[in-house]
Amino acid sequence: MPASPSLWQVLTAPLIRQNPVTLQILGICSALAVTTSMATALTMSAALTATLVMSAGTISLIRRHIPDSIRLIVQIVIVASLVIVIDQVLQAYLFDISQKLSVFVSLITTNCLVLGRTESFSRHNPPLRSMVDALGNGLGYSLVLTVIGAVREFFGAGALLGWQVLPTIDQGGWYTPLNLMLLAPSAFFLLGGLVWAIRTALPDQSEPLEYLAPDAQGGKE
Amino acid sequence: MANLNPFAAWRRLLALPNESRTKTVAIAFLVSAICALFVSGATVVLRPIQTANRAAEQQARLETLIAGIPGMSDLLAQSGGTLSTVVIDLTKGAVAEIAPADLTTALQDSSNWTGLTAAQDTAGLGQRPNFAQVYFLRGPDGNLSLALLPITGDGYNGPIDAILALRADTQTIAGLAITNQSETPGLGARIEEPAWLSQFGGKTALDASGAPRFAVAKGTAGSEYEVDGITGATRTSNAITRIMRFWLGDDGYGPLLAAIRRGAF
Repeated sequence: MPASPSLWQVLTAPLIRQNPVTLQILGICSALAVTTSMATALTMSAALTATLVMSAGTISLIRRHIPDSIRLIVQIVIVASLVIVIDQVLQAYLFDISQKLSVFVSLITTNCLVLGRTESFSRHNPPLRSMVDALGNGLGYSLVLTVIGAVREFFGAGALLGWQVLPTIDQGGWYTPLNLMLLAPSAFFLLGGLVWAIRTALPDQSEPLEYLAPDAQGGKE
Repeated sequence: MANLNPFAAWRRLLALPNESRTKTVAIAFLVSAICALFVSGATVVLRPIQTANRAAEQQARLETLIAGIPGMSDLLAQSGGTLSTVVIDLTKGAVAEIAPADLTTALQDSSNWTGLTAAQDTAGLGQRPNFAQVYFLRGPDGNLSLALLPITGDGYNGPIDAILALRADTQTIAGLAITNQSETPGLGARIEEPAWLSQFGGKTALDASGAPRFAVAKGTAGSEYEVDGITGATRTSNAITRIMRFWLGDDGYGPLLAAIRRGAF
């Protein structure tokens, strides 16, 4: 690693420039599923960030003693245990929200983001650095989830964090909720739009085209 | 001689090359053992809180159910206290060893149903479940103040489902709520009207011997056991009489009501 970046850079890079969701397209299944309202998006973000930081710390701590042949299993076991514990804590103290998140908390185990960070970063860096990197990635994920959750809740229900911002027709107001926003496809559209916006603003993120459409090559047949 | 000091053994293990078989097995074992301890610990410590949460959720659902029945919510507001769900063994009139959540599964088993002879079967049910879920409302002192008993039977056009609320003396009706019916609109369907249902409060369902005496009168009510009939809906009125008498009788909640009178609840 040439001139290893400062902790501050490690923390802030994944927020937008190296955002795990929009640049690496990691962890989007949960980003689609739990963003119908901001409350669930925020809880999911907090759960994922906590898992990410703790698993990064634990794995980084024992990184010199993980045999290469079983390293993925060891990482997954640690991540899965943390997820179960977090799920249990949510069921005990945030019961309503844990009902809404249902299976998605358990699915943090298979969230590519977590294993991606432990495998690529925590295995080679000391605990503090790994945890800062994990926190940065968790916050980057949270940022995307919060933005998408806010847009979906605002347009889909006319509310933000449960507060009615636009009075809907049902309640005697004027706003007709855009029901599409509460369905999964809208999250795809929003995420796609977000990726497009970021890559337009930061052109170095755009990937070179792998295939050119026949028209673009000038061929007719 | 081998050094048996555990610290030395631990250092030796850590000093082994990562790819050695011993270290691989040892690390795999240690990681899984620590994770297992961690997970089981969290589950055991948090279980009481989670159980309380689930119970609270069930209670909330029940209250929404009751609040959705016209008339019942006022009744509960007047009586006050807390509502609990109990599964009853109808034959014994005692609490059954079945959790409310498991009742649906238990009733899929035909051995948990009792066939009824034509003479017994005044409500037109054919067979009767051996278990029923009832709701008890208890006052602040813990004494039973209301028993909410779901009843069902054959009406004129289809089944009629209702919830009967009885006072703790089991003789006085506190109210009746129709939860499901498909009687003739404008005639039999008037059993759903609050004005008609409001007559039930304060009527006497059983005579002093505990036998069901309740009836829907033909015309105007003539005694403390009767409510007014609905003009043009004789069959529906009769169905209500039959359903009430069946469920208040020995084949229905009779044993349970006897147990309540003995003070078993």
